[in-house]
Amino acid sequence: MTPTYYLLLSALLFAIGAVGVLVRRNAIVVFMCIELMLNSVNLSLVTFARINGELDGQVMAFFVMVVAAAEVVVGLAIIMAIFRSRRSASVDDTNLLKY
Amino acid sequence: MTSFSQAAVVLAQQGGEDVVGTGEALAFWVLGPLALAGALGMVFVRNAVHSALWLVLTMLSLGVLYMVQSAPFLGFTQIIVYTGAVMMLFLFVLMMAGRDSADSMVEVLRGQRLLAALFGMGFAALLVGALARSLVNVQAQAPPDPYDPAAGGGAGGLGRLIFTDFLFAFELTAALLIVAALAGIVLAYRDKREGQKRSQRDLVEARFRGDYKRRSPYPGPGVFATGNSVATPALLPDGSIAPESLSELIESTNTARLIAEHDRVLGSQAEHDDARALLAEESDESEQEGERK
Repeated sequence: MTPTYYLLLSALLFAIGAVGVLVRRNAIVVFMCIELMLNSVNLSLVTFARINGELDGQVMAFFVMVVAAAEVVVGLAIIMAIFRSRRSASVDDTNLLKY
Repeated sequence: MTSFSQAAVVLAQQGGEDVVGTGEALAFWVLGPLALAGALGMVFVRNAVHSALWLVLTMLSLGVLYMVQSAPFLGFTQIIVYTGAVMMLFLFVLMMAGRDSADSMVEVLRGQRLLAALFGMGFAALLVGALARSLVNVQAQAPPDPYDPAAGGGAGGLGRLIFTDFLFAFELTAALLIVAALAGIVLAYRDKREGQKRSQRDLVEARFRGDYKRRSPYPGPGVFATGNSVATPALLPDGSIAPESLSELIESTNTARLIAEHDRVLGSQAEHDDARALLAEESDESEQEGERK
């Protein structure tokens, strides 16, 4: 087994996350799919660090985690604010700009 | 494709000893499918809370995979920050906002699911194909010794890198976290003054201003009447029946059935208070109407 398998796993997880973003209607689940994509990228970063025998990739993954945590706070707060005004967490109901 | 193969050559040249042992392979073949199953479960389960739990499975598997790949600090951070904090925050918001909103099966854009599935499969095939064709024969290098300060491996090496080479990015991270915390407070803050409690005086004034259909409260059952049962309507001062006090449920049931239920509970010998004693003939008429319907 080579570390390439980790990269293949990460590619599959990223594709599944992308499909989830396109398919799901609940804003919170869409957000979880984005988290999955971030996680898969983290896996590939850690694997690259492993392949090169250095720690730079791990530092990148660490920063991705920090940014993801900040993004979750802001994103969930936005979803809560939308839920409060529209009484719904579905992305289809947020269509005030449509007509 | 050329850049990929060049990268492959470079990576292959760098490859020294193969440090992927049997244990790691075993861990990968157990945890990799688990992570995939979690991701698929998250996308395809309709209930949002179940989706979150599937994602927890994926994140835990990835955390252990980090540890296996000689990144213990990131592995623990993954488990503590992602599955511990982020997913709990997700569940918290789900319980408040999206718990009962299971995804509808109605497609708003026609053919979107099919196109998304095609895109996903194509994307996965492209990525996997490119990676598998270009990164052949890649060997993992031995990680820096985590117990040797000079080698700079492990959590200590990570800390040294963060505070030397990546110091500026790290300080930007601090600013980012502060802004994110502020944004969370601002977005989630609800002005309490809007829902301030109204005093009795405000209520009376609103009533007489005509904000309500009726100025007085609705008459309760049994007011000025022989009993206080729901079946006894309230009387107006002139002795007529207040229509607002009639119970919809009882008015829609005919008298014979009410008496039969009364008998079933108390025995047939019990004397009944006629539920509609005050209605007299009117009640019979309404009963006949009800039977006609």
